[in-house]
Amino acid sequence: MTETKDIIRFTTAGSVDDGKSTLIGRLLYDCHQIPQDQIDLVRRISERKGSSEIDLSLFTDGLKDERAQGITIDVAYRYFTTEKRKFIIADTPGHLQYTRNMVTGASTANAALILIDARKGVVEQTRRHSFIASLLQIKHLIVCVNKMDLVEFSKEAFDQIVSTFQDFSAKLAIVDVQFIPVSALNGDNIVHRSENMPWYQGATLLHTLEHISVANELNHIDFRFPVQHPIRLDNELVQDYRAYAGKLESGIVRVGDEVIVLPGNQASKIKSIMGMNGPQEEAFAPQSISLELTAELDISRGNMLVKPNNQPEEVRQLSAMICWMSSQAYIPGRKYILRHTTNEVKAMIKSILYVYDMESLKRDEEQTALQTNDIARVSLQLAGPIYIDEYRKNKATGSFILMDEQSNQTVAVGMIS
Amino acid sequence: MSYRLNYLEELEAEAVFVLREAFAQFEHPCILFSGGKDSIVVTHLAAKAFAPGPIPFSLLHIDTGHNFPETMQFRDELAARLNVRLVVGKVEDSIQRQTVQEESGPNANRNRAQSITLLESMESFRFDAAIGGGRRDEEKARAKERFFSHRDAFGQWDPKNQGPEIWHLFNGRKNEGEQFRVFPISNWTELDVWEYIQKENISLPSLYFSHQRPCVKRKDTILAQSSFLVPHDTDELRDLHVRFRTIGDMTISGAMISSSTTVSEIIAELKEMNQSERGNRADDFRSESSMEDRKKEGYF
Repeated sequence: MTETKDIIRFTTAGSVDDGKSTLIGRLLYDCHQIPQDQIDLVRRISERKGSSEIDLSLFTDGLKDERAQGITIDVAYRYFTTEKRKFIIADTPGHLQYTRNMVTGASTANAALILIDARKGVVEQTRRHSFIASLLQIKHLIVCVNKMDLVEFSKEAFDQIVSTFQDFSAKLAIVDVQFIPVSALNGDNIVHRSENMPWYQGATLLHTLEHISVANELNHIDFRFPVQHPIRLDNELVQDYRAYAGKLESGIVRVGDEVIVLPGNQASKIKSIMGMNGPQEEAFAPQSISLELTAELDISRGNMLVKPNNQPEEVRQLSAMICWMSSQAYIPGRKYILRHTTNEVKAMIKSILYVYDMESLKRDEEQTALQTNDIARVSLQLAGPIYIDEYRKNKATGSFILMDEQSNQTVAVGMIS
Repeated sequence: MSYRLNYLEELEAEAVFVLREAFAQFEHPCILFSGGKDSIVVTHLAAKAFAPGPIPFSLLHIDTGHNFPETMQFRDELAARLNVRLVVGKVEDSIQRQTVQEESGPNANRNRAQSITLLESMESFRFDAAIGGGRRDEEKARAKERFFSHRDAFGQWDPKNQGPEIWHLFNGRKNEGEQFRVFPISNWTELDVWEYIQKENISLPSLYFSHQRPCVKRKDTILAQSSFLVPHDTDELRDLHVRFRTIGDMTISGAMISSSTTVSEIIAELKEMNQSERGNRADDFRSESSMEDRKKEGYF
């Protein structure tokens, strides 16, 4: 099993009090992923609070300030593993003011888990979280309708929520949406099938997570190799070795392949591929490798190797959807450093086309300011060229961050479209 | 070829990417080397990341003076074998300089003092980033760590004000005097580390494997008997077959009764066992948020 076990990364989002912490706690607990000493500790704390049942939400309890306020402030990463898969959870807070955390958690996720309180149905935050998942191009959405025990495990209540959700999600760019009625508190349909909902014929949450296909999400067509740094060697053991270290962001490359270097369009061929276990004949995304070329070219960090017949687009200005992450508002005219793959270039926001009203998810074309957590379409002017693909085709070459030159902070993150 | 990476290969590729980003973005990074399995794995990954060249980082060891002799021997042999520069920051020197005051009392140790010695060493050796083996699954304060974790001029971590880290676009920009901590194996669990050690056949200090030694039983904790321990009236002295699950210095590393003498036996034991990895660390036990508090002060 070790040989084929893969990794799936998913993010969780919900509103306050819809039981997200309990659901994750339940998932870990029922998969026997929580050590006995932690179970004992949480049981003691639960008893101190006057509860006879173990409070599963305490397993994902985080920082001191969070415990004091009873809320989650920052993205927390959690891990568990079954025979089939290793799971990485980006557990993100559900509050309005923390949109930026959800964007962060969603950026590396294969799937998003959205929680809905069965008593409340689809609320504003549900729409907002689904919208962000769609914006970040997450292919799989798992909607858990939680607290089914509080609506007497009613099929009608569940169907009503599914139907409302489908009405609005039809407009989103999400390929695969699955609905699961659960009770995190009692464990219904989390790891074990519920006996309380015989009308539900679908899979449990764990089974769903174990069987989501992530293989087709890797782009093995467009070869994109951003150079992290050169490796140069000339000593007794290795003579005149000059290679380029990087992670294959997409595509496949073989020894002998023709490549060109961007910028500059200089052509060469792959002389050797150094992998993690020595030289290899071919490499594929997302392997970390070093490439040696047949020609001696001047290549440095930020350059990209691609194939002559499959090239990204060269741009000096671009249109993108950005999320404003900084706690300080955008100051018009300010210059930033834009990082795209391993490349950096100065940039400024030329115009703000519209800002999403996160309540209604409608475009506000009048707004010209950018505040923390705003999601907006902007056009950017760059000081030099970068080589891009659309975000929906290639997350690595379709994304960027903006860093403030003075504070050094990452103030915004963007998706090119 | 299936063009798929399994979980260990994917974690390896990610860690190597992070190490190369650290090399490219910082002027003078070091690997914080404790002699524990996690920092040994990070060093192994660094050797792969820059192959066939040498590791372009120094190893920095923060020496409390209360070391297991086995760790010290392993450290020196590894540095020699990989031909990397080893530099040592000593808590003893900080005590001499009076920047650190030695703890007193029955549970005195030099764990907190390490944070100060680390910062002093970073400054005197002019390191601007320290790469470590911290993992997010170790402890709740670590679950929120970034791959590139910013520290202010006083070495402090501000968990409520961390910059966003999105996709794999790491921001290592900083002002003069500020530093970063870099955690290439953030996404690995304890079991992943052991399975990788097995796959790569990485050698470890003998302390990780079952051996017989004089131990001190103190409530539920087993500590190695040494002159660094302040004796308690209730201590039980015994010769036991133990191994260490994490290795810090001799005063804080709890041992566990075990007969596992190989990596595969340890993996089997881990899968059976149901205790937290750091459940036996005296340093994490001082309060519910002791790791978080120490990290804010500059601890790894």
